[in-house]
Amino acid sequence: MTNPIHAQLQPGSRIGGSLVFDLRMSWRGLRINTLCNALSKPHERESFKSDEEDFMARFALTEAERAMVRQRDFSGLLEAGGNIYYLIKLGAVTGNGLYRIGARMRGETYEEFLATRNVPESV
Amino acid sequence: MARIVAGIGTSHVPSIGGAYDRGKTETPAWKPLFDAYVPVRQWLKDLQPDVCIMVYNDHGADFFFDRYPTFAVGCADRYAIADEGFGTRALPTIRGDLEFSQHLCQSLVYDEFDLTICQQMAVEHGFLVPMHLCFDPSETGWPVASVPIAVNVLQHPLPTARRCWRLGQAIRRAVESYPADIKVAIIGTGGMSHQLTGLHFGQMQADNDQDFLDRIERDPESLTNITHQELMHRFGVEGIELIMWLVMRGAMSPTARKIHRNYYAPMTTGMGMITLEEDQ
Repeated sequence: MTNPIHAQLQPGSRIGGSLVFDLRMSWRGLRINTLCNALSKPHERESFKSDEEDFMARFALTEAERAMVRQRDFSGLLEAGGNIYYLIKLGAVTGNGLYRIGARMRGETYEEFLATRNVPESV
Repeated sequence: MARIVAGIGTSHVPSIGGAYDRGKTETPAWKPLFDAYVPVRQWLKDLQPDVCIMVYNDHGADFFFDRYPTFAVGCADRYAIADEGFGTRALPTIRGDLEFSQHLCQSLVYDEFDLTICQQMAVEHGFLVPMHLCFDPSETGWPVASVPIAVNVLQHPLPTARRCWRLGQAIRRAVESYPADIKVAIIGTGGMSHQLTGLHFGQMQADNDQDFLDRIERDPESLTNITHQELMHRFGVEGIELIMWLVMRGAMSPTARKIHRNYYAPMTTGMGMITLEEDQ
């Protein structure tokens, strides 16, 4: 019999290979998401741009997390508990818009990705 | 007595806001989306709602996972425009209806919805895109007061589809117990199909979106039994936002009439819209 607690979502489920952001992921990614959340403030965006290493130290990122931020490894950050809507703020401050992040997750160039769209001109 | 006059389901895709801000509404790529809302704005202008209840989700602009509400309701006389990480959009501040919000919160809590009540709240694209699609701002602000209702669709466990439907029913009871003779519109926002992570980034499921539009009009209760897992299979991980349309539909009568419907899928998200009107 299905446990009703799990009736909505099996723990650890992936949808089309993608993780579902649940409480386990949220706890795991709390440092990363806290850093990204700070980027909603203009002065924090300036702090990040002027000294990224200092910024990451302030939010106590682990060395593995810092390496992923340095490499703009958004797939890695997602697996480490980053939430896509917060990671978009890190993308914005590093010149990686959502479509560029998405193209890389698909293993495509930005141009290749756009060519797969119904109306690429709506970019 | 207050009454609900109109219900709208609409996508709130942020790129719509970008196209609006950059004056692209008449370009071939965007015209099929923006043109569909011209008659919707006229229809709302004729109906003259006093208050708009906007059911949306925050995408990390005003809420964070340090404490995360399942249902958060605005209870203030105004709501600021949030900075989502790109700066603040040049839109008028959102006017609230404090007295109506206070009544709504009281009614919903006593109706056993344990809300987070927010006397300060800043709104972002989830709220703002539907707002400027449905209403024209002027020099003096928006033609309608608003009540933001933010739903957790980010951090599972989310409220079930049925819970969202029941919240809509409770909102209707709250409106109908408000003594002032005002007219209320309710907008459920989000979706339609989209997946923003992984190998299937950008995958849309147009057939499932059209089926959802059919059902939200004619057979909404059939959507309330679907699990989050199944909804995400049909609409993508982020397409789960569609549960917020059920709040709107639950607040409308079963016999509400469809007035407008549109679907456009240019990039990475199915952009759907439906409007329903109550018989007066």
